[in-house]
Amino acid sequence: MSPDLPAWATLAISFLLIVAGFFAVTGSLGLLRLPHFYSRIHAPTLANTLASFCIVVSILIMASFVEHRFVAHSLLVSFFLIITSPVTAMLLMRAAIKRELRRNAETQEEPQQQG
Amino acid sequence: MNQIFQFATFFALGCFVLGMCLAVYRLGAGPSMADRVLALDTMYINGMLILLTLGLRFGSPLYFDIGLLICIFGFVGSVAMAKFLLRGEVIEP
Repeated sequence: MSPDLPAWATLAISFLLIVAGFFAVTGSLGLLRLPHFYSRIHAPTLANTLASFCIVVSILIMASFVEHRFVAHSLLVSFFLIITSPVTAMLLMRAAIKRELRRNAETQEEPQQQG
Repeated sequence: MNQIFQFATFFALGCFVLGMCLAVYRLGAGPSMADRVLALDTMYINGMLILLTLGLRFGSPLYFDIGLLICIFGFVGSVAMAKFLLRGEVIEP
């Protein structure tokens, strides 16, 4: 850490880091605790994207103060995650629905909640 | 003020490692294959966040590029596995 950061920048970076930690734990805890796959898929997709956005904003603040100009290249990570996370979630949900339908058609049982 | 920053990075690293451990448990014990792919997706995002936080703590710009690469290739891997689950051979878990 460079020593010439002002106090409010350090406080903002620390606050964003702690918020990102809370969001990451919330997402992974939802992945562990929620009952069905269709509810489990929402937790890490949303919460980890928000955590990465907090981290990226803190990196942006720190890089802007270190290099004395506005550095926006760290927004690329957040941009990629915002684009790619719904695509992954949608493909996984379609795969789970198709597999469940196929298994139900094979066994002719009641629809199960596992994907 | 520096101690606050050190504590915040330490706390964030602990949270990310805890989230990664929970994702590893879901990867091992997931009842379906889509659960395991979702756990792998969570794992790579948590690893990327760990790398970004380490770069913030050490003040090195190299960690950011590694995080960007992990982001892109993790997405490619997740999409490949999801497409395999969608179109592949019927292999019941």
